[in-house]
Amino acid sequence: MNIPATLRYTRSHEWATEPDADGLVTVGISDFAQDQLGDVVFVELPEVGRALAAGDAAAVVESVKTASDIYAPVAGEVVAVNDALVDAPEAINTEPYGAGWLFRLRVADAADWSALLDAARYQAVAEEG
Amino acid sequence: MVDFAGWAMPVQYPTGIQHEHLAVRHDAGMFDVSHMGQLRVRGPDAIPFLSWATLNDPALLKDGRGQYTLLPNDRGGLIDDLYLYREAADDFLVVANAANVAPVRHHLEQLASEGVAAGAHGAPGSAGAFEVHVRDESDDWALIAVQGPTAAVRLGRVVEADLTAVRKNRFVDTRLSGMPVRLARTGYTGEDGFEAFVRPGDAPSVWQVLLEAGVVPCGLAARDTLRLEAGFPLFGHELTADTNPRCTPFAWVVKDKPAYGLDAILAGTCERRLVGIVLDGRPIPREGYHVLDPDGRRIGTVTSGTLSPLTRRSIALAWVDAAFAAEGTRLAVEVRGQPAPGTVTAPPFHTP
Repeated sequence: MNIPATLRYTRSHEWATEPDADGLVTVGISDFAQDQLGDVVFVELPEVGRALAAGDAAAVVESVKTASDIYAPVAGEVVAVNDALVDAPEAINTEPYGAGWLFRLRVADAADWSALLDAARYQAVAEEG
Repeated sequence: MVDFAGWAMPVQYPTGIQHEHLAVRHDAGMFDVSHMGQLRVRGPDAIPFLSWATLNDPALLKDGRGQYTLLPNDRGGLIDDLYLYREAADDFLVVANAANVAPVRHHLEQLASEGVAAGAHGAPGSAGAFEVHVRDESDDWALIAVQGPTAAVRLGRVVEADLTAVRKNRFVDTRLSGMPVRLARTGYTGEDGFEAFVRPGDAPSVWQVLLEAGVVPCGLAARDTLRLEAGFPLFGHELTADTNPRCTPFAWVVKDKPAYGLDAILAGTCERRLVGIVLDGRPIPREGYHVLDPDGRRIGTVTSGTLSPLTRRSIALAWVDAAFAAEGTRLAVEVRGQPAPGTVTAPPFHTP
């Protein structure tokens, strides 16, 4: 199970990059999550400009098995979405931490990110299933 | 693995649904469908009895041939969908859905003992009980479906019989690596293929031989996407105790001859019809989602839906108000509160 140490995670299996100097955070789903879902066939992305609270349903990732809500790991405004996923949703399976990213937020408070799960704690969550 | 009517069954094998599904469409895949139930109906009245009990016409069958049929209740609905195989005029093997074996058996036994009152329901012939015996043989058979355009070739290499001589809906008793096997040219995928009835103790060896013959193992998920692309019903979803088959694409099964429950089916009206829908976009229409008319009014319900692994289109079977059932009608499926537009399209969905 691939859990990069540079990222932070949620119990609902999203990952988020550390806020950069402009407060931008990239969000996706973990390797564990994509493996659980199976072949991803459809992605519904949030509208750019939408303000999200932490825990808001922001996107939907569908596999043949099920549709999963993807939640905003931290509060922020959607500034970009990964439109390439509309035609190639399988990138979530093949590169969950790269080409499979979902959306980018501008966060109000960088400290929110630090409060998310680090790789070791997320690994424990994933191992519980 | 998941629990399916008391059977532990794989949803998918490690290669995944997409790979399994396409193996069946382009090559050959196999499914362990040993959970299906088998009932033996034997006796001198087997033909008139099954003719009375089911909606298709088993009198049309000759020895060594099979027939898809429906088992009606007396309320204009269904108890199960079945496959009948005629071994002899007085000996039929009936394949039922796993969860329905007990109710189907009970119903058949009850109908046999009731018989048909002379002249009732326009029925011909004798009053009194039918002379048949119903026996549950589910534990005597394992069932492996081998499906796909190369199924006959791959299977043909490992069995004694010449499969080119076994036409659709026929079956042959032969041997596979020395093991007795009944091969019926039937299936649930919309592809050519066979269903192999084997002794339960032989099933692991048969599976291994088929693996070595290049047949890809497939799980429940691919079985569902394949049958849905082919537009086949799944009991409990498209077909239920309340489903009038005349309001579905399976109306062809209902034949013009006396049958138990037929009066209620013929008296029923189709306020809603079961149709196929193809969406413009690719959200997945799932069971229970509402169908909407172009003005957003709820006019129906999805019974099964998926993204076709073959065509990459979102497809569904759904009940819709009869006014929206014509092929080409525009409507939508409500997906997470939003209308996903689509068109009424007659299945199968996988053929051009």
